[in-house]
Amino acid sequence: MSEILVLVEHDGGAAKKVSHELLTLASRHGEPGAVVVGPGADDAGLAADLARFGAARIYTAPDAALVSAIVAPKVAVLAQLMAERSPAAVLIASTAEGKEIAGRLAVRTGSGVITDAVDIDAGLTAVQSVFGGSTVVRSRVTTGTPIVTVRPNATAQQESAGAGEVVAVSVELAATDTAAAVVEHVVQAKGGRPELAEAAIVVSGGRGVGSAEGFDLVERLADALGGAVGASRAATDAGFYPHQYQVGQTGKTVSPQLYIALGISGAIQHRAGMQTSKTIVAVNKDAEAPIFDLADFGVVGDLFAIAPQLTEQVESRKG
Amino acid sequence: MPLTIVACVKQVPDSWAEKRLLDIDSTLDRESADPVLNELDEYAIEEALRIREAQGEDGSEVVVLCMGPERATDTIRKALSMGADRAIHVVDDQLHGSDAVATSAALTRALGTTQWDLAVFGSESTDARMSVVPAMVAERLALPQLTFAQKVEVDTAGRSATVHRQTDDGYDIVSAALPVVISVVEKINEPRYPSFKNIMAAKKKPLETLDVAALGLDPAEVGLAGAWSAVEAFEQRPPRQGGVKITDEGDGATKIADYLVGQKML
Ligand SMILES: Cc1cc2nc3c(=O)[nH]c(=O)nc-3n(C[C@H](O)[C@H](O)[C@H](O)COP(=O)(O)OP(=O)(O)OC[C@H]3O[C@@H](n4cnc5c(N)ncnc54)[C@H](O)[C@@H]3O)c2cc1C
Ligand SMILES: Nc1ncnc2c1ncn2[C@@H]1O[C@H](COP(=O)(O)O)[C@@H](O)[C@H]1O
Repeated sequence: MSEILVLVEHDGGAAKKVSHELLTLASRHGEPGAVVVGPGADDAGLAADLARFGAARIYTAPDAALVSAIVAPKVAVLAQLMAERSPAAVLIASTAEGKEIAGRLAVRTGSGVITDAVDIDAGLTAVQSVFGGSTVVRSRVTTGTPIVTVRPNATAQQESAGAGEVVAVSVELAATDTAAAVVEHVVQAKGGRPELAEAAIVVSGGRGVGSAEGFDLVERLADALGGAVGASRAATDAGFYPHQYQVGQTGKTVSPQLYIALGISGAIQHRAGMQTSKTIVAVNKDAEAPIFDLADFGVVGDLFAIAPQLTEQVESRKG
Repeated sequence: MPLTIVACVKQVPDSWAEKRLLDIDSTLDRESADPVLNELDEYAIEEALRIREAQGEDGSEVVVLCMGPERATDTIRKALSMGADRAIHVVDDQLHGSDAVATSAALTRALGTTQWDLAVFGSESTDARMSVVPAMVAERLALPQLTFAQKVEVDTAGRSATVHRQTDDGYDIVSAALPVVISVVEKINEPRYPSFKNIMAAKKKPLETLDVAALGLDPAEVGLAGAWSAVEAFEQRPPRQGGVKITDEGDGATKIADYLVGQKML
């Protein structure tokens, strides 16, 4: 069976959920080869975890130099493995950096690239959901090795034991690969909540939330539900909430089981990032707000009254 | 030393319009929506102008680079009316249907026709939504990419640039020697409105056109035929339907909770 390389996203010891999802997809269409780059790549627990999700081989490149610059070093690792292993395809998470890695890798290896796939069908056809979910497109790479980025939360992760043979990889970096040097990594995120793109439940606030303080209501509901917090662009532009939580065309695309929109009108660019959520609940005081056109359950009302009551209800019903 | 900053801009269908694909060749139906300057590229132009302005009156210039059909001149004029100095328009029917790989090849060749220090891109085109062209151009030119910048600082004397690259949990400070490829996110600045004076001036600013031959590209490398991936099929999904809508009468939260219990989400 031919090998399918999966670039693993990890934090030095644990793989992100999306990497399990990519391994699940790779297992379906070939033999998964997990590629792990950066410090912690050789962690034994991480290897066991990747094997549990089907990795037949685990290529480890723990050299810190590989994360001292953005994008290009990972491209170098993948390009080298592509040359050595001639995989049937390369799968990368459809994150901002993942897409850039895929793009550079495509140019470097003379391969076609497809981004934002939600599934991979027989014959390595990539399925994309575009225009806010209104159109489903099937495409195939016709030149070189298919390089496909897959959206987080689009595939149900499935365990299937793989051999998990660890193969150490060392890569000679060209000077151009390390030219964009990372001087400092600044962390601003609020910890303790599931990652937005991977969360099963997302509670988002919009301009209607009114202020940064108002987002306490959104956070409390999210915490009661064990979900992540999102925001509309109007809310991040106004400084109510940090930009990395923006949902929509120029923010994150989320596809949770449950999306709760509080004080969000539902502009087309916002819908583009949340329309494929399984269940959508909206609270908005304007009965005409377009968000109601796609909400499975909509409440016309004041979020400042409803959100705290809902938080209480959730907490009491959880017992 | 004066700087040349190239701002790469694309003409796209208005992001407010519903988009669809054409049955004939599975490309975007560009006639069904008003063509506009990609909103996200306005931030690239603005940032390019700010970098130029920070240099003082030293002869630094902003060049607009756009690949697109004939009518993209409207978009180029808009960019010029914001204050850019001159423009390069890559225009050729053979480019219709180019994928990101081919677009990056054409833009790279076009960038090769002029000397420059910084090429500034938007974070994504709102129609293709790939966010890969800047990285691809950097790859082709073997230049550093300083992408997804929410802040750009140029050290003219040291001939380097430093950006705050937006990440999932904050930002990375990333630095490289010029020339560099930059892309900027929408939080970086507030794009200016063209002044009447600049709108008039834009009509007279130099606009150079380049076709596939002038770029020295093989026509087989670009356009639909040159694409490295192909759409096999597409289908329209019925739009998502709204479900229940109630008005809160003090029991709204309870009704949501009941609904969630019914959906086995609580
Ligand atoms: C190129 C481009 C990209 C974009 N990308 C994104 C993106 O990624 N994400 C995104 O979200 N937007 C994006 N936008 C912006 C988008 O067009 C909208 O402007 C934005 O989504 C509006 O956010 P909002 O719904 O929070 O604000 P508004 O449209 O102002 O809606 C606020 C809503 O809150 C309701 N409300 C007010 N007070 C209360 C209350 N007390 N209780 C209940 N309801 C209340 C109001 O009735 C209203 O419906 C983009 C736009 C462009 C042009
Ligand atoms: N045809 C084009 N002409 C000029 N610039 C472009 C073109 N296509 C893409 N770009 C630039 O590349 C960025 C990213 O585009 P994309 O990779 O298509 O999402 C855009 O914001 C533009 O700055």
